[in-house]
Amino acid sequence: MLTKRIIPCLDVTLDSEGGTVVKGVEFVDLKKAGDPVDLAKRYNEQGADELVFLDITASHEGRSTMIDVIERTADEVFIPLTVGGGINSVEDVRQILRAGADKVSINTSAVKNPQLIKEASDIFGSQCIVTAIDCRRNLDIENNQDKTILELEDGTPAWYEVVIYGGRKPTGLDAVQWAKKVEELGSGEILLTSMDRDGTYDGFDIPITRKLSEELEIPIIASGGVGKPEHMYGGFIDGKADAGLAASIFHFGEYTVRDVKEALRKKDIPVRL
Amino acid sequence: MYQNRTVLPMKKIVIIDYGLGNLRSVQKGLEHAGAEVTISKDPADLESADGVILPGVGAFSDAMKNIVPFLDGIHKYVGSGKPVLGICLGQQMLMSHSEEGGLTDGLDLVPGMVLRFPHSELKVPHMGWNALSIEQDHPFYEGIEDGAFVYFVHSYYVDTDASHTLASCEYGVNFAASVVNSTGNVIGTQFHPEKSGDIGLKMLDNFVGMC
Repeated sequence: MLTKRIIPCLDVTLDSEGGTVVKGVEFVDLKKAGDPVDLAKRYNEQGADELVFLDITASHEGRSTMIDVIERTADEVFIPLTVGGGINSVEDVRQILRAGADKVSINTSAVKNPQLIKEASDIFGSQCIVTAIDCRRNLDIENNQDKTILELEDGTPAWYEVVIYGGRKPTGLDAVQWAKKVEELGSGEILLTSMDRDGTYDGFDIPITRKLSEELEIPIIASGGVGKPEHMYGGFIDGKADAGLAASIFHFGEYTVRDVKEALRKKDIPVRL
Repeated sequence: MYQNRTVLPMKKIVIIDYGLGNLRSVQKGLEHAGAEVTISKDPADLESADGVILPGVGAFSDAMKNIVPFLDGIHKYVGSGKPVLGICLGQQMLMSHSEEGGLTDGLDLVPGMVLRFPHSELKVPHMGWNALSIEQDHPFYEGIEDGAFVYFVHSYYVDTDASHTLASCEYGVNFAASVVNSTGNVIGTQFHPEKSGDIGLKMLDNFVGMC
C-alpha cells in the first residue's frame, strides 16, 4: 500500500558570513546550528520520506551557494529532494536538477508565467515539476461569484485566493481553478500552503486541502499549521492529502519524524517506518 | 610516494546519459558501493563496462529516440551476459512496447507491455513509498526483506508474465515493480533504488556485486 509521506521543509538562507543556515532551527547538539546538509542527514535518519529545501535568500549569491548545498546533500542523502525559491526559467530548473535535486517547486513565477510549467514539464517530465500554491481565505463572496466557494469549519462561505511573493501580494486568482490549470499544464504535484494557518500550529487548512485532493488527479502536499502529530492525521483523513509538510515541529526538536509516523501508525495511517 | 591501492580492481559502471534529469544520485549511490562510475554519451564506453545503467525520466518515445545511438552497443553488451539495470523509465524501455504517446517499440529485452494506470480514485502519478513483494530469488535482492518500502514515481506501469517478474507492487493494479530477462543479466526497477534510502543503496551494492 502506498504510504502517506512526511516531508520536513528547510528554509535555507545565508548567515552574516555568507554560510548557509536553516531558518528557525533550535537544535543545540548540531556541530553547526542549522547546517542544511547536517539537518537533511538527521531527518533522513529519522525516517523522512522526502525533503524540501526552500531558498529564501532570493539573491544571486544565494543561488550559487544553494547549488553547493544541493550537491552536498545529494551526495549523502538518498531520498527525494525538492528545491524551491526563485526559480524563474527552464535554465534554473535544469541547473537545480543537475545539482542533484529530483523535483523543483515553482511558485510566484508560475503565476506570472504559467507556460513555464508546461515548458519545464515537457522537457524534464511532470514528475519533477511541483507547483507551490500559497493561498488565503477571502470572505468577499458577493463580488466573487465566479470563484469556487467553499464552506469553512463554522459554515462561513469563503473562496481561497492565490497569493504570491511569500504571501505579500494577492492575485485575484481562485486557488481551485489555478490548481486545475497547473495540473493541465503538466505539473506533477501541488504543494498547498494556507497563509491563514502558516506558523499558527493550529493544523492544516482542511476545506481547501480536501477540495484540491478531491478535484485533482495529481498528489497534494498539505502545508502550513502543523504543531503536533495529530495535525498530520487531520490532513490525511479530513484533508485527504497525500503528503504532509512541516518545519517548526521538527526544527524545535520537540517531535522527530519518527514520533509523528509512530503516532500515525497507531491510528492506522499507512506510513513507512 | 606511497599510494593506497585497493586489492580488487574497481568495477566500471557506465550510466547512459541521454540528456535529462538527475543522474548524480545514481552515480553517488554506485560510488557508495565502491564502483567507478562514468556518465556517458559515447556508445563506445559500453565496450569496457562491467555494468550498465539505463536511467530514465521523461516521455517514453523521446527516450527511445535519444537512445538510438546506443542500440547496437546495448544489444551486443546484453548478448555478452554482462549486467544491465534499467531504472524507472529505464525499466519501461527494456520492454517490448509502450502505449505512452501511441504504441511505441521498446528495446524488447524483456517481453511485456507498458500501460497507463487506469483512471480511478487513486492519484496518478503513483508517487511515494510503496511495499515490494519479492517474487523470485535474484542476487539483486539479496538481503532485501519482502515488504521493503521503496520510492516510486510513475504514471505508466509494466505488465509482464510471472517468469519475468522479480518483484511486484500493488497500486490499484498489481504491477511488475521489477523485471528480469530470461538469462537473468538484464533487470529493471520501476522504483528508484537511488532514492530509496539504505534499502536502495543495498540493491545498488548488490548490482555492483553482479558486475
